[in-house]
Amino acid sequence: MESLTNRKKVVSNKPMTFIEKLYLPAIFSGMFITLKHMFKKKKTIKYPEETRVFAPVYRGQHVLKRDEQGRENCTACGLCAVACPAEAITMVANERKKGEEHLYREEKYAETYEINMLRCIFCGLCEEACPKEAIFLTDRIVPTEFERGEFIYGKDILVESIEERIDISKRQNTGKRGVV
Amino acid sequence: MDLAFIIEKFSLVLLVFLISLGVAAYSTFFERKLAGWIQDRIGPNRAGPFGLLQPIADGVKMFLKEDFIPKNSDKWLFIIGPGISMFTALITSTIIPWGPPVEVFGRQVTLQIADFNIGILFIFGVVSMGVYGIMIGGWSSNNKYSLFGAIRASSQMISYELAMGISLITIILMSGGLSLNDILDHQKGINWNIFYQPLCFLIFFICSLAETNRAPFDLPECESELIGGYHTEYTSMKLGLFLFSEYVAMFISSAIISILFFGGYHFPGETYFVGNTLAIISILVFFAKTFFFVFIFMWIRWTIPRFRFDQLMHLGWKTLIPLAIINMMITGIIIAIYEGWF
Repeated sequence: MESLTNRKKVVSNKPMTFIEKLYLPAIFSGMFITLKHMFKKKKTIKYPEETRVFAPVYRGQHVLKRDEQGRENCTACGLCAVACPAEAITMVANERKKGEEHLYREEKYAETYEINMLRCIFCGLCEEACPKEAIFLTDRIVPTEFERGEFIYGKDILVESIEERIDISKRQNTGKRGVV
Repeated sequence: MDLAFIIEKFSLVLLVFLISLGVAAYSTFFERKLAGWIQDRIGPNRAGPFGLLQPIADGVKMFLKEDFIPKNSDKWLFIIGPGISMFTALITSTIIPWGPPVEVFGRQVTLQIADFNIGILFIFGVVSMGVYGIMIGGWSSNNKYSLFGAIRASSQMISYELAMGISLITIILMSGGLSLNDILDHQKGINWNIFYQPLCFLIFFICSLAETNRAPFDLPECESELIGGYHTEYTSMKLGLFLFSEYVAMFISSAIISILFFGGYHFPGETYFVGNTLAIISILVFFAKTFFFVFIFMWIRWTIPRFRFDQLMHLGWKTLIPLAIINMMITGIIIAIYEGWF
């Protein structure tokens, strides 16, 4: 049958010539290849001094964003929890009281918000589901722990602090989500 | 025998011992560096500047490991095994001439611990004793993989020692003496044996790779098949001695190759120098040649894959021995013609 890809090779079993039987030319060409590699540029990244640059689409530890005035974006709608294929997200909603307008952007907010990092598969579907630009995956790495319980991250870890905002501009510029 | 002579020989022994061990220690470091370079990596670079303290760190690690002796092993042989390996690797360095005579405090000092008139035979005798360390170590471990390693080592030794010996007869024929000094006197300047006996050099080099159990002939240890072969059951400094003796043996056989084929400490233009200047330059030249061969040993290890055992036997018995015999006969005939026998 006619080959479609033109990539197949015909196997030949012809006896080796005298030069091939000596093996020495093959050995010398092999040694020349390794000699060339000795002087090539090394691929090593010296880790503690240099770190590898993350891709803009890297999906690491989550962050719950605040808006410009420092109010939490999340309204505890639960769409992220529904979208999550690993069932890692749980939350308890609560109503905003009078005098809490500087803390929460809308009338409803998440009283507790927990992500189980052992269940999470870092797929980013929560981020896609969120209508309020509240949850994002960042280029931070989830650290190791000694106890299972320590992997359940609450709002104390997930919500960014007002002073130290987490930069997610690279993530927004990937074109994965439209501007809301 | 006066006191000065004893002091001279003793300090020479100590110096050669320390140099052999130091070179072996840094060969392990350089081997890892070279492996890294060949594989586009950097190699060890954490301990000290450029990783130069790595051998010391390795040594300390080896000493701090648990020293384990298997319950069903033959305890004495288990302990003696690595000792024999190390002893035979080091004892060959006694007859190596490291350079021309030096003048120290008005005394003429020969840089050779002992000048035997049977030089090469002594090397062969001692080097073939080296396999006893491996055999005893492998057998006394009471482990089938160790035993396989030991058997492989001994059969490999038998098949390569023969070709090595026969190939060397040509060198002995040319120089007319067994002592290493006779062989060196024959190749002053650039009159090196390699230009007369390239085939002999090739055979000898392949055989010395097999003798020192280096890749591509490292079947006795063969990590992928035998889990380390003869040193499977060894831990701590006993394992360290086995690994270390391999590097010492590599250093010594590089030195012997450079003496037999590359003029040892002789170099072109040596007639322009005299006295201690000549001696120092000669010693440096000799070490440069030796380290070049150590480098080639390592370069081969990280290039060529391991032989299969039947290929190894085929190469030894069916290729190298006939080649060595033919080479020996041709050399003999040519020498006979030159001497006017016909």
